Amino acid sequence: MSQTPIPESENVSRRDFLKVIWAGLGGAALLEVGGVFLAYLQPRLAEGEFGSIISVGAVDDFPPGSVTHITNGRFHLARLPDGGFLALYHRCTHLGCTVPWDQAEGRFVCPCHNSQFEVDGEVLNPPAPRPLDIFPITIENGQISVDTGRPVTRQHSDPSQVVYA
Amino acid sequence: MNETPSDNIIQRMRARLWPNGLPRDDRGRMRLVVNNLILHIHPAKVSMRAMRWTYTWGLGGLAAMLLVLLGSTGILLEINYTPSAPQAYLNILELRSNVWFGELIRNVHHWSANLLVVVTVLHLLRVFFTGAYRPPRETNWLIGVGMLLLVLGGNFTGYLLPWDQLAFWAITVGTSVLTYVPLIGDALGRLLLGGPEVSGATLLNFYSLHISFIPLAIFGLMSFHFWRIRKDGGLTNPRGVDETEKVKLERVTTIPHLVRRELVYALVWLAAILVWAMLVPAPLEGIANPDLSPNPAKAPWYFLGLQELLLHFHPLVGAIIIPAAFFIGLALLPFYDVAAENVGVYFRSHRGRSLTVLATGLSLVSTPLWVALDEFVLHWADWLPAWPSLVSNGLVPLAVVALGLILMDEWVKDSFKATVEERVLFLFTFLFVAIFILTIIGIFFRGPGMSLYWPWAMPVVSH
Ligand code: HEM
Ligand code: FES
Repeated sequence: MSQTPIPESENVSRRDFLKVIWAGLGGAALLEVGGVFLAYLQPRLAEGEFGSIISVGAVDDFPPGSVTHITNGRFHLARLPDGGFLALYHRCTHLGCTVPWDQAEGRFVCPCHNSQFEVDGEVLNPPAPRPLDIFPITIENGQISVDTGRPVTRQHSDPSQVVYA
Repeated sequence: MNETPSDNIIQRMRARLWPNGLPRDDRGRMRLVVNNLILHIHPAKVSMRAMRWTYTWGLGGLAAMLLVLLGSTGILLEINYTPSAPQAYLNILELRSNVWFGELIRNVHHWSANLLVVVTVLHLLRVFFTGAYRPPRETNWLIGVGMLLLVLGGNFTGYLLPWDQLAFWAITVGTSVLTYVPLIGDALGRLLLGGPEVSGATLLNFYSLHISFIPLAIFGLMSFHFWRIRKDGGLTNPRGVDETEKVKLERVTTIPHLVRRELVYALVWLAAILVWAMLVPAPLEGIANPDLSPNPAKAPWYFLGLQELLLHFHPLVGAIIIPAAFFIGLALLPFYDVAAENVGVYFRSHRGRSLTVLATGLSLVSTPLWVALDEFVLHWADWLPAWPSLVSNGLVPLAVVALGLILMDEWVKDSFKATVEERVLFLFTFLFVAIFILTIIGIFFRGPGMSLYWPWAMPVVSH
């Protein structure tokens, strides 16, 4: 009974310590396996298609106040009346339908649940919760290219998003 | 039938593989059930009562049969299918025009899958209304909820595979709901779709899920489900409302009593499905065109109740919070409503029957009323312009609906002196009828622009 209680408690705490180590190692291994899974499942990219950088042509091909649908890039290239450019992802921010430009109405009208957007993508009519997403535009030597890698979401459209030649 | 040296090889095989031959007495029949891999999911003897056809309606067995049918027709379809765009669509055309019985196999697969959704839900309702989820059957109820999710998942992933306009836009609209999950929604969507939108990568992802993960998981869970039934002491036994707890149970041998019933039932359904599949082709529209959304764009029919919710609530509330709450409630049910008496009695008690009828009636009136009110009268976002749409169009109407449900529950408690189990019965019935009505509205009353129309005045859908 009264013999050497101290080593015993030492024993127990060493065992506890090992348990924690094991649990930690096991947890780390699980996380790693999870990480491998997630990395493996990441979207695959193909060059020259949607998801890469797409060159659309020369600045002068697009008159001010026009909207051009770039099909392989999945976006509308809008040239505002002041000459600035916006590349608007054609995917409705409500539930993902493809939004065409309605020339007669001068706005984007979604066929699915009737969301409407201005030429700069701003919401005119819900249920869309935010403006159309945009893609970054680069203009070099009068040539426009659009990076369709990752759409940029925005809560409001504002002039700083417009790109000038 | 013992082996003798003079037997030829056929006789010897028969003697080795099937030493007992066909059983001739009850003992032999019981032994066959116990020793046979497939038959041993049954006990050797079953209660005559639990086999009453108006108790289970054979729904669980029918679901199992449909899964087998889906598995076998699915394997055949795979042989003529390439999971890449646009080849997938061409394969389906080819299947219809150039493959012997191709269209029939596709139709059987299509209709069995749709029937399975209906049958699984009806089976859940039967288990609910007979109180068969109570202890000790909680685990099996949970397994069931898991299988329901997998059945929906199997249907949804399969929906994309024909790669026609219907498939493409239903999956686009259906998966876009994910983007409203806070924080991880976008990443989750990209992972599932293999990119920001439905594409060839999505088709391959869905195909893999559809032909390997989901079927394996369903068949695994189904074995678990059947094993649990045995472990829980077989099926619950039906009782009339006024029957005392102690009913004398007559037990009979599984062969022939149960097995014969199962065979007849399965054959009748198989025949019905075949005839239906010969007469009604599975739909197929034009090839998927990512540049052209149809008007209206609807999710698959079993998600149209959900899509209807989306028209009334901010997506985070309508597509994430409400469905999640619903499934969590479903999973918690057997741990909340634990009264052990009344198991096996349809609708619990006399008062339970009245409450079920009342809940159905109330829901039949108030659900369409609320849809119409919200569509034409209530304009939350306009009334509360200063608040973000998540609050004005989501949390506020959600609170109003929740308050209505709570008041109704209080009323049932006070006016009918209802017990916990009867209140659960009332709420569950009310909500289930509501989902049913929302689904009907979504299927038949929503037209172009997702506006409300009378079904007989529905404008022609453009594609
Ligand atoms: C693919 C889906 C399913 C299959 C193949 C299946 C199969 C079966 C079968 C064959 C039975 C025997 C009695 C009967 O037919 O009613 C049964 C009983 C049962 N099922 Fe399912 N089931 C499925 C889904 C579900 C779901 C969604 C639930 C509930 C959430 C559920 C909960 C139960 C319970 C608790 C029992 C025991 C009932 C009793 O003892 O009276 N099952 N199931
Ligand atoms: S998807 Fe565009 S309005 Fe719903």
